Amino acid sequence: MPDGGPLVLDVQNLNTVFATRGGEVHAVNNVSFSLKKGELLGVVGESGSGKSVTMMSLIGLLPSPPAEVRNGKVMFDGRDLLQTDANTLRDIRGARIGFVFQDPMTSLNPVFTVGYQLREPLIRHMGMNKKAANARAVELLDLVGIPDAAQRLKDFPHQFSGGMRQRVMIAIALACDPEVLIADEPTTALDVTIQAQILELVKELRQKLGMAIIWITHDLGVIAGIADRVMVMYGGQVVEQAPVREIFKNPQHPYTKALLQTIPHVSGERSERLQVIEGQPPMLGAAPTACPFRDRCDVSHDRCERENPERVNTGAGHDVACFLAEKESMNA
Amino acid sequence: MLNYTLRRLMFTVPVLLFISFIIFIILDMAPNDPTGNLPMTIPPDVREKIRESLGLGQPLPVRYFKWCVQFFINEPLNIIDKMFDVCTWGCEDRLRVRSWATRSPVVDLIVERMPQTLWVVGMSYVVGIILAVPIGVISAYKQYSWFDQAGTFVSMVGFSVPSFFSGVLVIVIFSVQLGWFPSIYDTTLKVVDWDTFMMQIRQMVMPVMVLALQTTAQISRFMRASMLDNLNMDYVRTARAKGMKETTVLLVHVLRNSLIPVVTVIALGIPAIFGGAIITEAVFKVNGIGQLLIIGIQGADIPLVQTLTFIFAVLIVMFNLIADILYGILDPRIRYD
Ligand SMILES: Nc1ncnc2c1ncn2[C@@H]1O[C@H](COP(=O)(O)OP(=O)(O)OP(=O)(O)O)[C@@H](O)[C@H]1O
Ligand SMILES: [Mg+2]
Repeated sequence: MPDGGPLVLDVQNLNTVFATRGGEVHAVNNVSFSLKKGELLGVVGESGSGKSVTMMSLIGLLPSPPAEVRNGKVMFDGRDLLQTDANTLRDIRGARIGFVFQDPMTSLNPVFTVGYQLREPLIRHMGMNKKAANARAVELLDLVGIPDAAQRLKDFPHQFSGGMRQRVMIAIALACDPEVLIADEPTTALDVTIQAQILELVKELRQKLGMAIIWITHDLGVIAGIADRVMVMYGGQVVEQAPVREIFKNPQHPYTKALLQTIPHVSGERSERLQVIEGQPPMLGAAPTACPFRDRCDVSHDRCERENPERVNTGAGHDVACFLAEKESMNA
Repeated sequence: MLNYTLRRLMFTVPVLLFISFIIFIILDMAPNDPTGNLPMTIPPDVREKIRESLGLGQPLPVRYFKWCVQFFINEPLNIIDKMFDVCTWGCEDRLRVRSWATRSPVVDLIVERMPQTLWVVGMSYVVGIILAVPIGVISAYKQYSWFDQAGTFVSMVGFSVPSFFSGVLVIVIFSVQLGWFPSIYDTTLKVVDWDTFMMQIRQMVMPVMVLALQTTAQISRFMRASMLDNLNMDYVRTARAKGMKETTVLLVHVLRNSLIPVVTVIALGIPAIFGGAIITEAVFKVNGIGQLLIIGIQGADIPLVQTLTFIFAVLIVMFNLIADILYGILDPRIRYD
């Protein structure tokens, strides 16, 4: 597990706002995190917590309007991606930062062959001719475990199963040997056995290619299996961040604790009912001025109504945005 | 695909026969009468004679059968004779479908009118499509921009202003006021050199403009809607995530998908070209198919109307088939088997 390696990605105070008919939606609020070389960062949080919007903001994938990245910094390779012109950003996207999306059924263009879609980034970024790109495409399909690769390049996406299509998506994202792979719930749309296969594939590819990965998921079980570090998001903010063992052994934020309790235990007695987190996720109509989790929190107090807690360090690489954790760390 | 096409073609035969019969019945029930336009001084018994000489005394099934023989057997044989300069069986006294009003064969009348209609209406369709596709693409990509708003306005005009108004308007502006173009289409003009070619172009400009406005209005709206549907698709985000240029995303990924329904609609619109544009042809005095049909209806020239209507039906059925086949070719997900 890489520790203290150089940073490949450093995000500071990212804010993303959507202008909608019903007013502004503050989907991402002051999000900061970093990614070390070769590290796998797991991102968890319930639906609508801003995971996808955060990652798409990084590389300018959100349509603007309605999206607006208000301020913040995204340092990659010595430059701020938020200040980079569209052309340079396009050279980085797909070449140095790869993206895999949630739904493999709709993420590929239905009217072009898989080979065409694989060759595209190779021709665009690596300056290959069609022949060289084809050879590389065969290699890539082999790499992601699609049998009979040379033949399958001529097939259209609908001729592949969901799991196979996600493998193709991964092959496209990895085509130009990126330094960072962002995988946005890549297994959510797949059934459980296929999910496990894709996970194995990513673990294996990571060993082979050594890129850093951001893995977004709802599934803490998946995180436990592959992540080095975990970032928990709630209401467009990062509420806790720690190495993976820490999160499971010593969760500090009430939301993280609640999230961990929602994991059903397969082994052991089934004494309790399945846990759910009561209440609704927060409205994101304005920049937060209070703790976003206060309404659903068991241990909230009046300060949580007045202020939004900053993230404070409570131990080795572990930081939490909660007043209670703040107090504990001061006592310690 | 070939199998499917053949199966569909086989199915077309009974469909078309049925359509021809329905047309025949409906025309037979029409209240007008071929003697209706004759002077009132002609006594009733003479009228009856005229009717009988036209074959109207016979019962409907017999008349329908005779039309079928004339249209499906005699006319094709006649075409073969003409094309290869031969004389197949019965070429001397073969009965052709003849117009009651002019006594000349209906097919000859149609062949005579076809060039004008194809030049004017067909050209306007081509011009309309060439304008509509880029307008639709840009309007969708820059949704709600001034370009899109202007496009929306022009489409609204194209949809809602009837051609008898826009036709007269352009005549007043470009012929009467500015004197750029002739207001009457001269059918006798033969294109033999550069000058006559330019004259042909000049007399085509106004009717083509009027009709192309309508085509552009419809197709550009359709193109825009189709582009907008596709612009929100996940695969567009994938293409952007791959770092593809915006022009590639738009003109390769999105356009290729958006054209599928548009091409179908364009194919389905082609039969209407052959039908001519009745009102526009009348406004600009183009003696095309549309005008022929109107004359036929007014004169109760039933063989003419029957034959023309049936030819339209054939074209509509054929282009429906062509549209389906095109869909299968353009969209790899569609399988016909
Ligand atoms: N185009 C948009 N316009 C307005 N609001 C948006 C838009 N896209 C996202 N949002 C809002 O941003 C917030 C965060 O959305 P996001 O998709 O990042 O959530 P997520 O954590 O990825 O959820 P999920 O797990 O369901 O994918 C949500 O409240 C959502 O309503
Ligand atoms: Mg998401």
